[in-house]
Amino acid sequence: MSGIPGVQVAAPTAGPKALRAPWLQTLLASSRFARTWIGLGITAAVVAVALLGPVFAPYSPTEFVAPPYEPPSSEAWLGTDNLGRDVLSRFLWGGRSVLGLSILATVFGLGLGILVGLISAYTRNWIDDVLMRAMDVLLAFPQIVFVLLLISSVGPQLWLIVVTVGLSHAPRVARVTRGAALEVVERDFVRSAEALGETRWSILVGELLPNISSPLLVEFGLRLTYSIGLVAAVSFLGFGLQPPAADWGLMINENRIGLTIQPWPVALPVIAVGLLTVGTNLITDGIARAAIGIGRSSAA
Amino acid sequence: MIRLILRRLGLGILTLWFVSLVVFAATQALSGDAATALLARTATPERLAALRAQLHLDDPVWLQYVKWLGGLVTGDLGRSMATQKPVAELIGLRIGNSAFLVLVAALIAIPASMVIGIASAVRRDRGVDHVLTMLSLVLAALPEFVIGIALILIFATGFFHVLPAVALLDDTRPIWQQFDQILLPALTLDLAVIPYMARIMRASMVEVLESEYVQMARLKGLPQRLVILRHALPNAIVPAVQVTALQLAWLAGGVVVIEYVFRYPGIGQSLIDGVANRDLPVVQALSLLVGGLYVAFNLLADVVTILVTPKLRTSLQ
Repeated sequence: MSGIPGVQVAAPTAGPKALRAPWLQTLLASSRFARTWIGLGITAAVVAVALLGPVFAPYSPTEFVAPPYEPPSSEAWLGTDNLGRDVLSRFLWGGRSVLGLSILATVFGLGLGILVGLISAYTRNWIDDVLMRAMDVLLAFPQIVFVLLLISSVGPQLWLIVVTVGLSHAPRVARVTRGAALEVVERDFVRSAEALGETRWSILVGELLPNISSPLLVEFGLRLTYSIGLVAAVSFLGFGLQPPAADWGLMINENRIGLTIQPWPVALPVIAVGLLTVGTNLITDGIARAAIGIGRSSAA
Repeated sequence: MIRLILRRLGLGILTLWFVSLVVFAATQALSGDAATALLARTATPERLAALRAQLHLDDPVWLQYVKWLGGLVTGDLGRSMATQKPVAELIGLRIGNSAFLVLVAALIAIPASMVIGIASAVRRDRGVDHVLTMLSLVLAALPEFVIGIALILIFATGFFHVLPAVALLDDTRPIWQQFDQILLPALTLDLAVIPYMARIMRASMVEVLESEYVQMARLKGLPQRLVILRHALPNAIVPAVQVTALQLAWLAGGVVVIEYVFRYPGIGQSLIDGVANRDLPVVQALSLLVGGLYVAFNLLADVVTILVTPKLRTSLQ
């Protein structure tokens, strides 16, 4: 049946369209959904503010421009913060750290989780059992508690935030990876790769990984959303960037006492972090829908 | 069935033991010479020696762990390094406060998520369903502290000045008489967990509504209410139980940031203070508690699932 012209088949030999990587196909398919575009728009706007903000900031983020908690005025458009610094400037400077740290943490956590999941799925012996039970134990800690646990012994360090947030993602990613890879392991091309004497590493990376790239793309979006929330929360709790740095989480922490008289230094970063997570989650949902192929007929 | 439950229980205890290993490794063992790190510039030879003795740091690592675990099993959680009070005394009252907060949140979340899940399943792919799905997508993305501060901005400042922005609990009055103080933190927790619970309820209900026995009940001419409550709900609820238990366990961790947002005097606040002061015994006790709760709720979910699933209930007798 696969020879009929115009009929799309999943076989890898069926023309240039099917030669595209699964994750790329999923990404293209996700563009059918309105939510993907809405999410993309929101995310792009917040990322633009975070990246380009410093260029447009009227003052330095650490410059004292007026008395503390001044309401918006012509000098400081959104007023001043707890120490009399310009709220708008600090906001425009404060997005880079949240963005950078959460992307690094996501990449680290995803890499580690994928590695563990692939090894588990491919070996399926005692190594699989040990790895998966170890992941179960790590799952017992809510992510923020796990992050705080490590910060308490090492102290607030930026690299530690990346490592701990990443580590807290790893068991969740490993489970998804293993689940997806288990089906692929059974297929003939893995057997033939083994027969050809390919190394284990090249089977994991060259044969298994490309075939589960689509669920992993969804996982990346999901983990990025949670990373942003976790990184911002750690800063908000006072264990992230230290004063006088300009950082969205830290801004909320520093100014929440003055919430009733000057809401802007709290409201702006809260809105930005909220929009960013909603944006990435909308994109992820679009991709997830494309990955499992729902709503193909009734794209909404 | 008993054997199945006992096996599950054994596995739970084993997991709990590993959880204690992780907590110990992450705190005491990882920090190397914790005493030097903790005292930093205030270190004097006498204070270092005293702290080393208190944390059993002069023993080999495995013996430190055995002593620490032995203390835990006999109810001795150690002494707080910041206040020198026993940890058990320090967190005792706060556990009650947090438990009450989680209880209030759960009592709202469970019925609310069931109603929302059923309502969107019954009106699948119609307006209500789409609105609820979008809303849950947005809420599921938002970090807890963003939801909490948004609620403060809306209800405690600016627009409506109706609820307190910080929870000022009065220790001398019973906690259930101070409901207005708990409402906002509980609502924040609810907004964070309801989307997940409702989503599972909806998915489970959608599946059951398409089953033959529900079609049959409809064809018999039973009223919609009876079809849903009597025939569909009991079968749809099993997967939801599992998720509900996991979300309750999540609440134990979710309170950490939310208590900090509202300055609610619970274990989350204690944990954050403990991390800030690098008060290892407090952090160890509380992370073990939260991890233990997760294991316990997981176990509970599995046992309930075994009890309500006929196939499992009768197998392995």
